[in-house]
Amino acid sequence: MTAITQIRRNDQPIYLDYQATTPLDPRVLEAMMPYFTHQFGNPHSRSHSYGWEAEEGVEKARGQVAKLIGADEKEVIFTSGATESNNLAIRGVAEFYKDRKNHIVTTVTEHKCVLDTCRHLEQQGFEVTYLPVQKNGLIDLEALRAAVTDKTVVVSVMAVNNEIGVIQPLAEIGKICREKKAFFHTDAAQAAGKIALDVEAMNIDLMSISGHKIYGPKGIGALYVRRKPRVRLVPLIVGGGQERGFRSGTLPTPLCVGLGEAAEIAMNEMEGEAKRLTKLQARMLKGLQNRLPEIFVNGDLEHRIPGNLNISFAYVEGESLMMGIKNLAVSSGSACTSASLEPSYVLRALGVEEEMAHTSLRIGLGRFTTEHEVDTAVDELVRHVNKLREMSPLWEMAQEGIDIKSIEWAAH
Amino acid sequence: MPAASVYLDHNATSPLRPEAFDAMVKALATGGNPSAVHAVGRKARGLVDKARRQVAARVGALPAEVIFTSGGTEANNMALAGAGRRRVLISSIEHESVQRAVPEADIVPVDGEGVLDLAALERKLAVSGEPALVSVMFANNETGVLQPMADVVRIARKAGALVHCDAVQAAGKVPVDLHGIGIDYLSLAAHKLGGPTGVGALIVRADAPFVPSRFGGGQETNRRAGTENLSGIVGFGAAAEAARGLDSTLRDRGEAALRAIAPTARVFGAGAKRLPNTTYISMPGVPAETQVMALDLAGVCVSAGSACSSGKVHRSAVLAAMGIEDAEAGSAIRISFGWNSQSGDIDRLIAAWRDLYIRVGKSDIANARAA
Repeated sequence: MTAITQIRRNDQPIYLDYQATTPLDPRVLEAMMPYFTHQFGNPHSRSHSYGWEAEEGVEKARGQVAKLIGADEKEVIFTSGATESNNLAIRGVAEFYKDRKNHIVTTVTEHKCVLDTCRHLEQQGFEVTYLPVQKNGLIDLEALRAAVTDKTVVVSVMAVNNEIGVIQPLAEIGKICREKKAFFHTDAAQAAGKIALDVEAMNIDLMSISGHKIYGPKGIGALYVRRKPRVRLVPLIVGGGQERGFRSGTLPTPLCVGLGEAAEIAMNEMEGEAKRLTKLQARMLKGLQNRLPEIFVNGDLEHRIPGNLNISFAYVEGESLMMGIKNLAVSSGSACTSASLEPSYVLRALGVEEEMAHTSLRIGLGRFTTEHEVDTAVDELVRHVNKLREMSPLWEMAQEGIDIKSIEWAAH
Repeated sequence: MPAASVYLDHNATSPLRPEAFDAMVKALATGGNPSAVHAVGRKARGLVDKARRQVAARVGALPAEVIFTSGGTEANNMALAGAGRRRVLISSIEHESVQRAVPEADIVPVDGEGVLDLAALERKLAVSGEPALVSVMFANNETGVLQPMADVVRIARKAGALVHCDAVQAAGKVPVDLHGIGIDYLSLAAHKLGGPTGVGALIVRADAPFVPSRFGGGQETNRRAGTENLSGIVGFGAAAEAARGLDSTLRDRGEAALRAIAPTARVFGAGAKRLPNTTYISMPGVPAETQVMALDLAGVCVSAGSACSSGKVHRSAVLAAMGIEDAEAGSAIRISFGWNSQSGDIDRLIAAWRDLYIRVGKSDIANARAA
């Protein structure tokens, strides 16, 4: 597998946005290929070999996904992606059990699709508790315990945050949910394939997975739905009754196969890759810290996936920095909302001040990131941050020992 | 798998067109999240926009009216929920993804040829003044019968109703013109016209109301959340551009031959305007399952109905709606060819059908003579 380091052409920027999306692993593409060409059948066609072959591919993939999270293959439903999985999990259970329960617990740092789904359910008459997070981005388990009532149908807490990469204490959350008889849903789009997940040990009832965040294709995801004890859902998409009635629509065989293969590769290489990325993450951080004062890592560094750094560069305007480092593909927040210039609600939830939230970059490292790329990125960042700081009157004042916060700006 | 299998089940799914395949491989290699603002993301965005223009052009819509979805089923669900009309009328032959999305809908019957009863539609619309949504498919997936969409729109407009049209089976096979006909919502699936599975579109006319039903990132101008299926969308665009329609030469020759072999065979919807690629035909007295298996062994892939439900043994709801008796409906198979079908494929079909008819259909000949 020497070819996989050749993913980037020289004229392309260095890709450091692995939380937005990941490149397709060539091995995944290879597994998908036959299903684009001669094995193109509709997996629901039962009357000929084209259909059977496609079905075989889909079912193998279902097993590969199940294995990654310690589930049974019958518990895995294919969806069009993690957004759909999150919508289906939360709305599905909320609507199914609405005669008995009407309360949902989630956190303020969830992905936008979880928060928007919860807001929609509030309009439908559900009550939602949005748990705050601590300064390090992790939830307070006692606050969670206090929030869950006998009316709580589901607790939705993401496994790994998409902006700051922090890992929530899943096993502990699962334990509390099981004790309190509430379902536990976790958005594992950023976690699956990167950290060990076990739906049994962690008492997870519903789990969302994304293909394109684990070097698989876009347009495919999965939802784990526990069978024992059984979790029931109202489907969001109805029709031919595919996926045990939870999700109708013709399954995209090549995409399912791609997700399966990506899951298997991630599982097999998780340990080695984590070690390698931990080194790269440390190298990146040390490289920056050694050469730049006044930079701050947002979110817990210890309970964090090694492929993420989120750093605020004080006295630098985030957008200007983004414009300067054209050779680096990084983001100033999540991709879904990065077109808006609002400061990250995730960073605000950690208590990061607005100015500091504005100066933050999300740096994502992944399977194809090299040491050389990290070093180049560090050089590039240092150069541009220094340049922008030299032009900044605030930086100059700070260097002179003036407390910026004490300045009373004249109104104009 | 027999390498020389003849695939005549294009209404279930059509193989990927080479144009789509090439475009997709490039897109898969490019990667990038179309919502990211850096160069990689912007490039992905450009690819999505190109595909949007290609899909829009295929059905006479504006690029901004195209919302990419995960397929036809999602598009149908989205349209029926998104129009925001409580009162819905649908034809009796709609796909399950329409029927099940609106279980309370008022059902408008079809005639014996499978064509919507326009007078019944008009009557039903007149019963109540409540603004309605009318959902009628462009072409039926089993019979291929084309519905009188222009008349549906005219009648619906008069009653102040909106019109949704499931054009999954029609687009790319026959001309579809959203603005020309005046359709408000149009559903498409890429894999039925030679694009990939896992992607489709809902076209929402610029002035039609629409309430999104999936929440999250603001993708598709806040109408459908979720990271775009980049390679799928690109493949859809390329296939839509390449799918300039099919002609009925192969179908007509095949049909004529099958009827000549089995004179009592009936082609459903033959009296109506149909898609140029679909034959829904019975071999009286021979169960559809037997035919499908025998043809498969002979290397000819057809189906006994729609793929979504073809695993289950039940009679076609479409044929039941057309008033076809169970006994006859139970012997109906669907033959549907597509963009890569060749004359030799039809020869194989004819030969396999003939062999089967000689082997198991003899009693039928005897019955026919006795009658």
